[in-house]
Amino acid sequence: MKKLFAGLLIMGVLAGCGSTPTKEQEGAAVEDRKPSVEAPAAKPADSGVSSQPLGTSTVAVNPLKDPGNILSKRSIYFDFDSNLVKDEYKPIVTAHARYLAQNRSAQMRIEGNADERGSREYNLALGQRRADAVKQMMQLLGAQASQIESVSFGEEKPRATGHDEASWAENRRADIRYQGE
Amino acid sequence: MQMKTKSCLAALIAVMLLFALPSAHAALTIEIVGAGANQIPIAIAPFRAEDGLAQKLTPVIAADLARSGLFKMVDAGGMVPVPHEPEQVDFPQWRARGAEAVVIGNITPLSDGRYDIRFRLMDVVKQTQLAGFVYFASAAQLRLTAHKIADVIYEKMTGDAGVFATRITYVVKKGARYELQVADADGFGAQTVLASNEPIISPAWAPDGTRLAYVSFERKKPVVYVQSLTTGSRQVVANFWGSNSAPAWSPDGTRLAVTLTKDGGSQLYLVNADGSGTPTRLTHSSAIDTEANFSPDGQWILFTSDRGGSPQIYRIPAAGGQAQRLTFEGGYNVSPRHSPDGKSFTFIQRNGSRFNVAVQDFASRQVQVLTDGGIDESPSFAPNGKMILYATVVRERGILAAVSSDGRVKQRFTEDAGDVREPSWGPLVNKQ
Repeated sequence: MKKLFAGLLIMGVLAGCGSTPTKEQEGAAVEDRKPSVEAPAAKPADSGVSSQPLGTSTVAVNPLKDPGNILSKRSIYFDFDSNLVKDEYKPIVTAHARYLAQNRSAQMRIEGNADERGSREYNLALGQRRADAVKQMMQLLGAQASQIESVSFGEEKPRATGHDEASWAENRRADIRYQGE
Repeated sequence: MQMKTKSCLAALIAVMLLFALPSAHAALTIEIVGAGANQIPIAIAPFRAEDGLAQKLTPVIAADLARSGLFKMVDAGGMVPVPHEPEQVDFPQWRARGAEAVVIGNITPLSDGRYDIRFRLMDVVKQTQLAGFVYFASAAQLRLTAHKIADVIYEKMTGDAGVFATRITYVVKKGARYELQVADADGFGAQTVLASNEPIISPAWAPDGTRLAYVSFERKKPVVYVQSLTTGSRQVVANFWGSNSAPAWSPDGTRLAVTLTKDGGSQLYLVNADGSGTPTRLTHSSAIDTEANFSPDGQWILFTSDRGGSPQIYRIPAAGGQAQRLTFEGGYNVSPRHSPDGKSFTFIQRNGSRFNVAVQDFASRQVQVLTDGGIDESPSFAPNGKMILYATVVRERGILAAVSSDGRVKQRFTEDAGDVREPSWGPLVNKQ
């Protein structure tokens, strides 16, 4: 059951990505499912199209999208001119690090952002430093470097478009985006 | 495997989002503030037969010269006859009007549809010819020909190269859309060379003016491209793990200094301009190193680094080596660009909450702050070193502006629609 859960999770992560599924996913999804007598749909030698009834409804929820799950929280905010991950955001970073550690095929991008003041290229580097700080913390907590690409949007994609401290604070941020999202 | 398929898909979407537009709608209007210390009084007589042309030449020449702040236009109206040949120039009359020089010219249509355009620059005091050239131009080249004539006049009268026939590039944001545009130095003839739904920053001219390097976010991360302005074809030159940005051309046009984060942190690397080979790492710091710029002789690279605790300007030998800090005034000095003669550099200095264009002399280390506006960014020298083009903000809208390197003359380029940023002044090409 645990294995099925993991398999569905991976499916969830990759849903929406138009890429070819890897062998591990196919194996996990098919092997652990308990087909009922009424729906023997999982014949490997079937024609191209097949329907697969999902098991119990509890495992169908993608924890990354579940609003009740900490993994649905994706933003880490920073102080002015700082790349220190503040205590209040550590549980979010920890939860995602554990998720990566438990799902080795999961990959994410951490997108660093900066407020609008100053040079665009220097701000790009400041955003990168924030993304790198989150990545390093996740690695310390068991995620692998190859699972995380840290990139920066600098000041180019502000979430808040005002020109005041409240907007700037909103834009000093790193966002987590899983592959396929 | 997953990543690869994903990036292929992203690339496909990018191709669908991007297209080159050959149209020339947008125009930048220029407004001038201030004047040079000594303005040269000059008269420009209407050229013979220019009235029937789709594009008159003399108004363009006059506007170019006036915009420099170094010339004062003397009224050329009411001269009978209007002089077109040297023997028709009534020197005492022009001297009475206060002109030191007078420009005359002739336009003759040719059988192949082009025009024979002759002009002469006459010294009113010495009553001699200072310059005279003939051009053969199509109707579409009349504006460019006028700029070239203005360049000759500027050079003869000031001793510095004219830059009216050069081009500029910049990014316009229109709603959620980004357009990389190229226009004449007077803002006319703007063409969109790349349009995207994702940001475009840091366009940089190849030394020969035929290619642009820039950073595009179309793959949901910063990637450096080089695009040909003659064919429109584009190529990825830096797309490594992490962010790729801040392209700067080597003077021979074969390499680019870029900022990569593939090895952790933002560091400077050299890549080939054709995207071949592997990057050579130039800096090895645990700080931010970015915004590289080659010296005109290719020996040095200026860059921004916060290795000393605040962003300051440093330089290293282009082959790599020990970094030397150059700026010490203030806690925020960024975006360095060499002057064309290599003797100084322009940069942005923060003063309180303001960001201003400044120039520092390499030898004396003297700093001159040239602007007093609010938020200035991305300064770059005109290829004759006399003007600095930069981005600024007026009423929450980005516009382009230029300031003379002595701070006396200021120009503002205003665009009809959109937010304009990230300007760069192109090189001098096809001099004459």
